Amino acid sequence: MLAEQERREIEAELERYPRRDAASIDALRIVQRHRGWISDDSLREIAEFLQMSPDDLDSVATFYNLIYRRPVGRHVILLCNSVSCWIMGYAQLRQELHRRLGIGFGETTADGRFTLLPIVCLGACDHAPALMIDQDLHRDLSPDALDRVLEGYR
Amino acid sequence: MNGERPLTRDMKPDGEPLSLQEYERAGGYRAVRQALRMAPEAITRLVSDSGLRGRGGAGFPTGQKWSFVPLGAEAPHPKYLAANADEMEPGTFKDRWLLEGNPHQLLEGMMIAACAIEADVAYVFLRGEYTLAARRVERAIAEAYQAGYLGRHPFGADRGLELYLHVSAGRYMCGEETGLLNALEGKRANPRAKPPYPQVSGLFGKPTIVQNVETLACLPHIITHGAAWFHGLSRGVDAGSKLYGASGKVKRPGLWELPMGTPLGELLEEHAGGLRDGLKLRGLLPGGASTDFLTERHLDVAMDFTHVEKAGSRLGTGTIIVLDDRTCPVGMVWNLEEFFAQESCGWCTPCWSGLRWAERLLDGLERGQGSEADLDRLEWIVKFCAPGNTFCALAPGAVEPLGSALKYFREDFMAHIRERRCPWS
Ligand SMILES: Cc1cc2nc3c(=O)[nH]c(=O)nc-3n(C[C@H](O)[C@H](O)[C@H](O)COP(=O)(O)O)c2cc1C
Ligand code: SF4
Ligand code: FES
Repeated sequence: MLAEQERREIEAELERYPRRDAASIDALRIVQRHRGWISDDSLREIAEFLQMSPDDLDSVATFYNLIYRRPVGRHVILLCNSVSCWIMGYAQLRQELHRRLGIGFGETTADGRFTLLPIVCLGACDHAPALMIDQDLHRDLSPDALDRVLEGYR
Repeated sequence: MNGERPLTRDMKPDGEPLSLQEYERAGGYRAVRQALRMAPEAITRLVSDSGLRGRGGAGFPTGQKWSFVPLGAEAPHPKYLAANADEMEPGTFKDRWLLEGNPHQLLEGMMIAACAIEADVAYVFLRGEYTLAARRVERAIAEAYQAGYLGRHPFGADRGLELYLHVSAGRYMCGEETGLLNALEGKRANPRAKPPYPQVSGLFGKPTIVQNVETLACLPHIITHGAAWFHGLSRGVDAGSKLYGASGKVKRPGLWELPMGTPLGELLEEHAGGLRDGLKLRGLLPGGASTDFLTERHLDVAMDFTHVEKAGSRLGTGTIIVLDDRTCPVGMVWNLEEFFAQESCGWCTPCWSGLRWAERLLDGLERGQGSEADLDRLEWIVKFCAPGNTFCALAPGAVEPLGSALKYFREDFMAHIRERRCPWS
């Protein structure tokens, strides 16, 4: 069952569209914000609320990069792998993240603290290389600066 | 050229957004009041006369686009307007500046466009990673509702305008005009067949206009100062000022609002400070990932739609990506094709199969496993993905840097084949 709070937030979105299923992406984002990711159960609950079939909703959910259909850690690191960051030292940053966290792309640290994912250009190309952790953008990074940045996320 | 910078002039040095009061003190929300007193056709005519061309990449004349929207009592309603704030073209970061620095300017631009097409509902379609922009736009929308500038009778007018923020969940295809409409309808962001054109049958089957953030931000200034003034901002053939940017190994990467038609060399040397010490320019993409490479020979090209096209590329988004001599051109093109292959929606064969194949061939070249025949294969893929062979502009755009790299950096490709390794690694 969707929580009261989740329903309220989704209902606020429904007012913005003439059709219920149009709010599918907003609803997925809302539930993911509360639960961290979209499980099969979550998917069914949202689909029912929007009067869609779970399969239709799943085809939407799997299309979008920022909807997680698998569990993620407490913090999600999105490392930009697009062209300007690639020129400015993405590879070294990636290697250092793999080394420090002991995980590859798509994996979560054993303590559940971080999930590491690649992301396309974050629109911070003049301050490359860049990454996001949760809602925060971090720019002009170097492998040495990573400690300080990661420190802020427990 | 009058040297004015209307889009960014009022922004604060610390990057904090202007509140509604601050925006009004700087002259904001007067243009929309003026627009409300004009007939929709008159607004469209003024915008056509101003020479404004879309800043999202394609450069389509804005007034002309609006002229296809049915107006008057017979027109279907609700009509829609979407501000395209998806900005996912690699190497592009200009709309972020406008969204974060002066969201009310965007809202006023949207209100004016809504007047011109008699729209009832407007959305800001924002990419999910722009979290700061989301907070600021949300706040600006709330302020505008509170002031009575949005809602049932904005500024006391008869026609209402509802304006919402839609935060997307990420895919490059969401920025494509009709992909965006599908995404707003809660579907996968596949493109739609045209016709019918969105101006006639777009969002939820109703007349719809999709317009880039920077395009919309120009509108209040065009209404206030007129078409001749807008032409006067430019040094080139096309009108207005333009947000330009530079990334890569230059001394001062960044963003600047400059006269449209500022020469490429001036942008690179004066504004971006030239290449970092010890590095030489090999080439650059003038307007984001999906534009053809230009080289040193092109530094005198005026950065407007017309001249960049004459030089064999496109102005695109106006944010240049610089390739230096210590960075491998083949590796750079591999990175670009990897992006495009990943973001292909899979609808058309040239795109999904061609781009992935190109990415695999480039990867092979980088690993020292390439042959001359691979270069012919890459050339073939460039033709395979030409405009007209695919449903949307993703694939033709994707092969622009590839085709031009094969032309300008042939010797570098050959070196990978001869030495059986990447000479830069
Ligand atoms: C794959 C693809 C992605 C696009 N992404 C964007 C984008 O993020 N922002 C944008 O304004 N236009 C983007 N466009 C261009 C839009 O299709 C459309 O032309 C533009 O939003 C129209 O606005 P304008 O005339 O004001 O430029 C994209 C086009 C393609 C083919
Ligand atoms: S060109 Fe590519 S992205 Fe565009 S419709 Fe075809 S497959 Fe999809
Ligand atoms: S390429 Fe990484 S932020 Fe643009």
